[in-house]
Amino acid sequence: MGSIKSYMEAAFWALVFLAFALLPLSKASDYQLMLAGHILVWGLFAVSFNMLWGGTGMLSFGQALYYGLGAYSVGIVFKYWGDGWFLPAMALGILCSIVLAILIGLLIIRVGGVFFTVMTLAFGQLAWQITFRWYGFTGGDDGIQGIIPPGILGNRIAYYYFTLVLVALSIFLLRRLAVSPMGLTLRCVRQNPDRVRFLGQSVKRSQLTIYVISSAFAALAGGLMAGVDNSIHPNMLYWTTSGEVILMSVLGGIGQFFGPFIGAAALIIIEDIVGARTEFWPLIVGIIMMVMVLLFPRGLVGEARKLVSRFRTRVPERG
Amino acid sequence: MDMSFILVQILSGLTMATLLFLVASGLTLIFGVGNVFNFAHGSFYMLGAYLAYQAASVWHTNFWIATIVAALGAGVAGMLAEWLFLRRIYGRSEEGGFQILLTYSFILVIDDIVKLVWGTEYKSLLRPPGLTGSVQVFGVTTPTYNLAIIGIGLAVVVLAWLILSRTRPGKVARASALDREMLSAMGVNVPLTMTLVFGIATALGGFAGALAAPLRSVTPGAGIEVIIDSLIVVVIGGMGNFWGAWLGALILGEVMAFAVILVPEWAVVISYVVMVLTLIFKPEGLFAHSKVRKV
Repeated sequence: MGSIKSYMEAAFWALVFLAFALLPLSKASDYQLMLAGHILVWGLFAVSFNMLWGGTGMLSFGQALYYGLGAYSVGIVFKYWGDGWFLPAMALGILCSIVLAILIGLLIIRVGGVFFTVMTLAFGQLAWQITFRWYGFTGGDDGIQGIIPPGILGNRIAYYYFTLVLVALSIFLLRRLAVSPMGLTLRCVRQNPDRVRFLGQSVKRSQLTIYVISSAFAALAGGLMAGVDNSIHPNMLYWTTSGEVILMSVLGGIGQFFGPFIGAAALIIIEDIVGARTEFWPLIVGIIMMVMVLLFPRGLVGEARKLVSRFRTRVPERG
Repeated sequence: MDMSFILVQILSGLTMATLLFLVASGLTLIFGVGNVFNFAHGSFYMLGAYLAYQAASVWHTNFWIATIVAALGAGVAGMLAEWLFLRRIYGRSEEGGFQILLTYSFILVIDDIVKLVWGTEYKSLLRPPGLTGSVQVFGVTTPTYNLAIIGIGLAVVVLAWLILSRTRPGKVARASALDREMLSAMGVNVPLTMTLVFGIATALGGFAGALAAPLRSVTPGAGIEVIIDSLIVVVIGGMGNFWGAWLGALILGEVMAFAVILVPEWAVVISYVVMVLTLIFKPEGLFAHSKVRKV
């Protein structure tokens, strides 16, 4: 760290932050503001997801569970107690996610590899079924509408800045975690778990820790989304939501810390342009996924970096 | 609860278990032999159901010919998917998750192709002539078609077991689960074996879809429900284990048959509870220890 490259990267992300911050001043429409809010929230969701997959090699197909839990904590508390509880509800969602992630994590981290993926999927679908069927409590298929954040946050632009600050702060924290000794241990877990064990570190505990952290930030993203869209829907827990966040990561590049954020932005923009014109959006998602997996496994950011490094002679370090 | 009610539910659970087994056996076969978890397995089931509908209701073929069309169609589609796409990423050990993503993308693509070809409305298929009535079994009235499914399922179990344990192709399949390098050194075409196993597995899925079509309506998105059910089955029975899949299907089928009557709203949730209990007490599956001996 501390190389010119990492300063350039920091400068790039400062510019991105500035662009997002200046957007409301540029006469952006409500719709564009919502789209930018979506990019921020999904970006956080994707980055936190990829801490798990890109960082440790644990592919979860059930992060929608925590995303939905965050959203439904806000929605349900709002429905029963009113808007004054918006922010505590967001914290409650994160807390519930942490507790649930510890319980589920203890159960499924014992089984590795593809089993882990399958188990996360199964628990995610279970949560979706419960939300979908428990009509009296969760509103079932109707979801919950009209979630307006309290006070000044009820203003679209104020809520946008609130989202921007929380997302930026979270991504900054996750970035610090990724380059910390803990993050290093996690990367070692992916590459050589046996050696981590020899060095006296607990592989399972590291995996559980990152699973819980990733899930907590997914819940934060879900809670934020409830305020961006002003509504929540059981589809937030459906497995295609988990699939979408995986696709964002693959699209941006799972070997890159910021890759999933770029992937989220790219997918949301593509969906905005193409998705509105076709009812076969899943087909397009499937084809994008196929192309990325087969031809560009490094993702947009990874392939771009490869291209850049071809012009330079130096081999770039992995971010 | 009287005796005949219990019997009715046991029989309906058996029918469900047989269909579950037919799908899950394909899933477990691909996993056991090729170490591939095919997320799209349910989509081949759905494809089979639609092909059977196409053959029987549009082309007016005999029902049994329609099931064969379904099995062949799903098998060929599976072989193509393996040969064109999956085969390219076998060696890429770095990110095992890519295999899962690729099969996930199959789900999305197959779902939409089905919508493009057959539309989004529900399709239904009539029971084959001769099996539309019902008979008395131990004093309870049971549809003959359900009994036929149970019979066919048993035949497939026996046949698959004979092939796997008694024939040379079965031996090759079992060997490729253990050591592919050695197998190819012995002169076996391993990639071809993988394609064929994939084809057989997806054909089983398509066949199950065709058999289930007269009982459940045929809809896009059916593949997702089915894959979740099958993965519960293979988790209960132990992944990659042929007999485990059978036991898992039996447990899940019977539990579901009773849950549907006793707690209709929450039946689906009960099936997950069974899986979670298995995970807590025997995470490797109920039948796991016999893997070494059998498949």
